[in-house]
Amino acid sequence: MVLDDVAIRRALVRIAHEVVERTETLPELYLVAIPNGGVPLARIIAAQVRAISGLEVPVGILDTTLYRDDLTARGVRPPLRRTEMPSAVDDRAVVLVDDVVSTGRTIRAAMDALMDFGRPRSVQVIGLVDRGHRELPIKIDFVGKNVPTQREERVVLRGLSGDLEGPLEVVILESDGGAA
Amino acid sequence: MTGRDLLGIEGLDRTDLERILETAERMQEVGRRDVKKVPTLRGRTLINLFFEASTRTRTSFEIAGKRLSADVVNFTPSSSSLTKAESILDTAMTLDAMDPDAVIVRHKVAGVPKRIADALAAPVINAGDGAHEHPTQALLDCFTVKQEKGRFDGLTVTIIGDITHSRVARSNLYAFTKLGAEVRLAAPPTMLPTGIESLGAKAYTSLREALEGADVVMVLRIQQERLDGQPRRRDRARSRRPPPERDPRPGAQRRRGADGRPVSVRGALGEARGMRASGARSARQASEGDRARVGVVEEVRGEERDG
Amino acid sequence: MASGRIWIRGGRVLDPSTGRDEVADLLVEDGKIAAVGAGLAASGGEVLEAAGAWVVPGFIDLHVHLREPGQEYKEDIASGGRAAVAGGFSAVVCMANTQPANDDPSVTEYILDRARQESPARVYPVGAATRGLAGEVMTEMVALVDAGCVALSDDGKTIMDSGVMRRVFEYSQLARVAIITHAEDRTLVREGVVNEGPVSTRLGLPGNPSIAEVIHVARDLMLAELAGAHLHVAHVSTAGAVDLIRRARERGVHVTAEVTPHHLALTDEATLGYDTNTKMAPPLRSETDMRACRAGLADGTLDAIATDHAPHAVHEKDVEFTAAPPGVIGLETAVPVTLDLVRANELAPLEWVRRLSTNPARIIHRAGGSLAVGAAADIALVDPERRWIYDPAKGFSKSRNSPWAGREMIGCAIATLVGGVLVWDVERGVLLP
Repeated sequence: MVLDDVAIRRALVRIAHEVVERTETLPELYLVAIPNGGVPLARIIAAQVRAISGLEVPVGILDTTLYRDDLTARGVRPPLRRTEMPSAVDDRAVVLVDDVVSTGRTIRAAMDALMDFGRPRSVQVIGLVDRGHRELPIKIDFVGKNVPTQREERVVLRGLSGDLEGPLEVVILESDGGAA
Repeated sequence: MTGRDLLGIEGLDRTDLERILETAERMQEVGRRDVKKVPTLRGRTLINLFFEASTRTRTSFEIAGKRLSADVVNFTPSSSSLTKAESILDTAMTLDAMDPDAVIVRHKVAGVPKRIADALAAPVINAGDGAHEHPTQALLDCFTVKQEKGRFDGLTVTIIGDITHSRVARSNLYAFTKLGAEVRLAAPPTMLPTGIESLGAKAYTSLREALEGADVVMVLRIQQERLDGQPRRRDRARSRRPPPERDPRPGAQRRRGADGRPVSVRGALGEARGMRASGARSARQASEGDRARVGVVEEVRGEERDG
Repeated sequence: MASGRIWIRGGRVLDPSTGRDEVADLLVEDGKIAAVGAGLAASGGEVLEAAGAWVVPGFIDLHVHLREPGQEYKEDIASGGRAAVAGGFSAVVCMANTQPANDDPSVTEYILDRARQESPARVYPVGAATRGLAGEVMTEMVALVDAGCVALSDDGKTIMDSGVMRRVFEYSQLARVAIITHAEDRTLVREGVVNEGPVSTRLGLPGNPSIAEVIHVARDLMLAELAGAHLHVAHVSTAGAVDLIRRARERGVHVTAEVTPHHLALTDEATLGYDTNTKMAPPLRSETDMRACRAGLADGTLDAIATDHAPHAVHEKDVEFTAAPPGVIGLETAVPVTLDLVRANELAPLEWVRRLSTNPARIIHRAGGSLAVGAAADIALVDPERRWIYDPAKGFSKSRNSPWAGREMIGCAIATLVGGVLVWDVERGVLLP
């Protein structure tokens, strides 16, 4: 167990506060979630930001599959996920939301995808867990928890009730899928 | 999907079809973006090998490939080999030398894409072969129906026209049947190929009966050059007589007892639920076609990389 | 032919002409069968150990395309003759559709002359029934037969004009040979390339309906009956034709018929991969038709197994299914493919041999199909159990168009004698005098 539901929500509250503090033009804030794990996290953060500032923050969903550069190496074929971008990204202060950040390749793909939607004023990144092993010069602006891991381990966000709607947890899995 | 080729719907199962349709749906969103292009197939080469001219389908595949950032090469066999017997092995070897990542083949003779696929390392997508299959057209039709109806289970799909010579009818028959719909084929007996019911559809010679309660109606073009001595269109539409007592075709009994009134194609089509002006539909289908084919190309991409 | 003694020892001798089916020795002397019996005392000469093998009259293939003269890139008399003996055939009947067609005694003499020089197997030419196989003007049938033709046929160029066909049957009485027909109504076949039915519908290829054969067999039976001629129906492929032939024979029509190994062993399902080596004329038919052909062969309605050995070059077959010429080679695979009927208990070994040798000899009025003392020593040794993989590239035919390429075969001819001379030994290959 890396983070239980309470710890996750506590981290997200803190991150929401940091985002509000460090975003100069808060009305331009646009949370863009990377599915699947980023989606519930972005919604929770958006609700927190609203509670803190009274501002309604748009939440977009941006699938990065078509922008990935590592499909060959992965050997599996990830399905395409839904992309929903309710607002234009031009001149917005976009904050990408991902559950677990490691090599940085997903963030790279997300930035490429984002640029095809327009020209944001700035792009920052929220990672609930940063497990290291970075392969690209990608910085996480808002981190929930740094978790040192072995490269072959897998760190996943999962829902206790089967989907990502209810209570959440972050766990480390062996590469064969069992909990460590 | 069987292997990495897409040679027909016959070899697919429901899961394959649903996955491709879902991909097409996702790709629809990409098509609405300002930048309608994703880098997925950057540096990859698609070859459009069209032995039989079809600007519409070829362009659709070209757009699909380009949306995925592939380099698309239109390889048009010399006009002489369009009429003469073509060495399939020679063709495959010529293509292999170009080191393509996928080859899209259209040919007027059934089976040529299969033979090229057998001889070629790269995956082959069938863009229509003779009267065999036209899988991407069927996927497009399924996509349209899914957009309109939201489901396939319990739908009745009626296909009208020259079934014998139609690859679209065969691919649609397989696709809709696999997805849970009931498929009816309506044509005069001369345009219903032998044994068509063994493929899972019901055959009708009475247009009225075939259209009764149909949710989706598809009308195939009848090519005059294939009429082969059959009477004019009007007579087929008017067909008022029930089949003779001993109609050897399967399903004949079910068709007997059709009412005696003349049925005009136009009037009968109007009765079918869910029909809209076909002109508007085909214009919209044109852009959806690109989407569906992006889905297919994307699908082959993944299979290819998995290998 | 050369003489010398050959002892064939300890094999199961199967001779339909005498009904013999027993383990025995066989002595060949001066090109003839000198003695048959158990425990013959060998003294001098070559010995062929045949224990475990069947010793049978050399097979006679009623339907072969040797392609010479004119299309030697597909096959010639030398290569076809080698393929024949390697398949256990001591004689082949070659069709008239050469270039030029065998419609003139000079062509017949050319073929026979070449065969004497080049072919280890006996070659019996079929003369054309009409000039240039055009279906219009009859050939000089008597002259063709005098030159050595054993039957008359336009084969694949089916004579559609019933009036011409009637005269062909009537005139053939003078020549006293069978008229062989490739029974297909071309107006029903049209563009058809595979059997019309669920398979052609799935393939999206134009269908060739079985009725095209049945209707033509019916016509030819009626015309042959009217003329009192001998009709031999080539490569029967449909249940309907088997039925018509059976009934015609019952009422006394002089009709004989053959069936190919591929129509006995394969159905139209074999064409589902669009392999042009499954494209034949007539096409591979339905399961029902195949069963009817097997039953017809078993009950004697179909007299003979004939291969319709039809060589085509690789480049001719490597094209669109509709553009490829129909036909497959069959001389080197007929034995294992048709032994399947014996293994399935549909045909007794003696009856199998009868349909490959004794009956064909009778149909063309030539010696052969017998192991009786005094008969020409045309003999095949068959190992019914031997397993081998068929590779057309290693075969003797110049062509490779076989639906059985790469398949495991059970059974083969391990030796073939023609006129008392060993011309094929599975261990040593084709032996030429």
